[in-house]
Amino acid sequence: MSRIAARFKALAAEGRGALIPYLEAYDPDRATSLELFRAMPAAGADLIEVGMPFSDPSADGPVIQAAALRGLKAGATLVGVLDMVAEFRKDNDETPVILMGYVNPVEAYGYERFCKDAAAAGVDGLILVDLPPEEGAVIAAPAQAAGLDIIRLVAPTTPDARLEYVLAHASGFVYYVSIVGITGTRSASAHDLAGAIPRVRAATDLPIAIGFGVRTPEQAAQASSIADGAVVASVLLATLAETLDEQGRATPQTVPRVLEQIGGLAQAVRAAGQKPE
Amino acid sequence: MANPIEHGGAAAQSNSFRQQPDEHGHFGGRYGGRFVAETLMPLILELNEAYEAAKADPAFHKELVYYQTDYIGRPSPLWFARRMTEAFGGAKIYLKREELNHTGSHKLNNVMGQILLARRMGRTRIVAETGAGQHGVATATVCALFGMKCVIYMGATDVERQKPNVFRMRLLGAEVVPVTAGAGTLKDAMNEAMRDWVANVADTYMLIGTVAGPHPYPAMVRDFQSVIGEETKEQMRAAEGRLPDVVVAAIGGGSNAMGIFYPFLDDTSVRLIGVEAAGHGLDSGKTAASIERGRPGVLHGNRTYLLQNADGQIDEAHSISAGLDYPGVGPEHSWLNDIGRAEYVGATDTEALDAFQLCTKLEGIIPALESAHAVAYAAKIAPTLPKDTLLVVNLSGRGDKDIFTVAEHLGVTL
Ligand SMILES: Cc1ncc(COP(=O)(O)O)c(C=O)c1O
Repeated sequence: MSRIAARFKALAAEGRGALIPYLEAYDPDRATSLELFRAMPAAGADLIEVGMPFSDPSADGPVIQAAALRGLKAGATLVGVLDMVAEFRKDNDETPVILMGYVNPVEAYGYERFCKDAAAAGVDGLILVDLPPEEGAVIAAPAQAAGLDIIRLVAPTTPDARLEYVLAHASGFVYYVSIVGITGTRSASAHDLAGAIPRVRAATDLPIAIGFGVRTPEQAAQASSIADGAVVASVLLATLAETLDEQGRATPQTVPRVLEQIGGLAQAVRAAGQKPE
Repeated sequence: MANPIEHGGAAAQSNSFRQQPDEHGHFGGRYGGRFVAETLMPLILELNEAYEAAKADPAFHKELVYYQTDYIGRPSPLWFARRMTEAFGGAKIYLKREELNHTGSHKLNNVMGQILLARRMGRTRIVAETGAGQHGVATATVCALFGMKCVIYMGATDVERQKPNVFRMRLLGAEVVPVTAGAGTLKDAMNEAMRDWVANVADTYMLIGTVAGPHPYPAMVRDFQSVIGEETKEQMRAAEGRLPDVVVAAIGGGSNAMGIFYPFLDDTSVRLIGVEAAGHGLDSGKTAASIERGRPGVLHGNRTYLLQNADGQIDEAHSISAGLDYPGVGPEHSWLNDIGRAEYVGATDTEALDAFQLCTKLEGIIPALESAHAVAYAAKIAPTLPKDTLLVVNLSGRGDKDIFTVAEHLGVTL
C-alpha cells in the first residue's frame, strides 16, 4: 500500500480527517524550509504538500506568488526540491509527501526522469496545477511506472459529466478546490462544502481533501470532517512572511511561529474527531 | 469580402497546412493544447463549443462583416510604397495598412470577433491583458461600444512607457490595473488576467489579444485576424495580377503575422517571414526572440517556444517595443517553424528605431515600434531581391503611442 493510502486508511480508523499543510520549498531559504519540513509531522501534519517554485504561478494568489519568488531567489530548482525530500525521508518514512507545482519545470526536467527521481527521493504524489487530464498523457505512464500518484483537482465548476472523466485519471486522493478562484483569496462556507462533497464522493472511492481557502482551525476542522482532509497553504505562508526581516531573511521566530499555527490547526482537526459518515 | 472565419471545406487539400489544430487544440500534434487549472477547463470547453457554433452560423458572420466594414473601416488598403522601394533598390514593397483600422492597429479585428462571441455567450464583463496597450485600447473600445464592463491588466513597466494608451483606455471607461509582479510586462499582465478570470467565471469573458493561450484561442484569434491575409491576396491580385513572393510581419504573440500568413499557407511559393524582437541582439540575453532563442515548454495554457532557463523557469523578455516584449509565441508559429513553412528572424531595438524613422520620412506613415521590426527586416532583405519580387510588410499599427519612447531614445525631451 502506498504511503498516501496507508495514511488515509489509518486516519479513517481513528475516525478523523487529515491535516495537510503546505510548504514552499526554499522559502525563504533551503535550510529554514527543510527545518520546517522536518518538524511538520511532529506539529501535527498528516500529509505534507511541498510547493515547487515557479516563475509564473497563474493559479495562485499574492501570498503563494511571493513565496515562490522567495524560493526562486534562494536558488530553488527541481533537483534541489527532490534533494530536500530525500533528506526529509532520512528520518521519516511514514508521512506522505506530495509535490505541487506547474508543469513547465517538470517538462524541462523530463517527465520520465522526474518521476523516477521523485520516487527515489521519497515523493508519493504529484499535483500539477496546469496539467489537466486532457494533457496528462505525458506523465501518466512514467508516474505509474515510478509508483507516484497523480492527484487531480476537482472544482465547483467541474460538471458531473466531466467529474467522471477527471476522476478516471486520478489516484492517491482527490483535491477539491473549494472556491472558484485563486489560492488565498476567499473561503467556502460549511454549507457550500456540505453540498459539494457528496457529489464528488458519489463519483469516487478515493479520499477527498479540501483546499483553497482553508485558513482557520475551525475551517480546517470543518473541511476535514466534511471530506477526508484539509489543505492549508496561504495562511501558513503569510505567517512565515510576517516573521522575515527587512531583507526577507528568516528570523528565530520563523519556524516556531509556523509550527505553532500548524499545531493549532492539528488540534482542531483532531478534536473534530468522529466524522458524520 | 472573403469569409474570414470559414476555412477548410471543399477548398482544403488533404495535405493542407490550414487544417491545424486537431480537436485537442494541438498544432502538429505537439504545440498548443489546453494547459489550464481545472477551474478553467470547463470554461474553455464551453468557449470552444460556442466558437464552433458561431463559426457555423451565417448570422454571426454577417454581424462580424457589418462591424468590420462600418466600424473598423475594413478593408484596409494595400499601399505600394514607392519611395521605400526606390530607397531599398530591390523588391517592390507593399504595406498592408492595418494601422488605418479604428484604434490604430490590427488588434480590433480579433477583439470585434471575440466581443460578438462573448455577447452570444451572455457574458457581461471583459478582462484582457495588454502590452503596448493596443489590445487594451481595442478591448476598451468595443466594451464602450456595447456597454460592457472592462478590466485591463497591464504590466506596471508598460503603464509607464505607454501612457497615452493608458489614458485612452480610461477615457473609454475601462479600469486599468497595473501589475507589479515580475518585470511588470505582458507576461505578468497575462498571469493576472487569468487569475481574474478564474475568480469571476460566472459573468466574465477573457479576451486574449494574440494567437496564444489555451485552445481555442490560438485558432480563434487566427481566424479573426485572417481577414488581413484574405484581403492582401485579393488586393495583390488586383494590383499585380498574382500572389506576393514574400510576406513579412512582426511577431509578439504572433497574431498580426498569423492573420496575414494563414491564407497563404498553402501557396507554397509565398515566403513567410516572422520578425521577432531581438532586443539588444539575439545573443545578448536581452531579447524577446522566443523561437530563435527559446525551447518548447508550457506557459499560459499552451505548449510553444519559450524563453526559459535550464530549470524551466520563464525568463523575462526584452524589447524596446512593449507589444513584442513577451517570452512566448503562438503555438502555430512554433509548428510552422519546425516544419519550415515559415522563417523566423530577428530585428534589434536599434534596427527597429531606424526603420521607424525611415518609414515615417519616406512614406509619411509613422509605424508602431512593433511593426517597425517588420519594416527593418524588409529593409535588410529588399536590396538583395530582384526588382520584380513582390514583398508585403504587414504594417500592424501606427506609432503615435510610441513617440515618447522614440523621443527618449533619440535624446529629445518632449
Ligand atoms: C501594432 C502592434 N503590432 C504587433 C503587436 C504584437 O502582437 P501580435 O504578434 O499578436 O500581432 C502588437 C501588440 O501589442 C501591436 O500593438
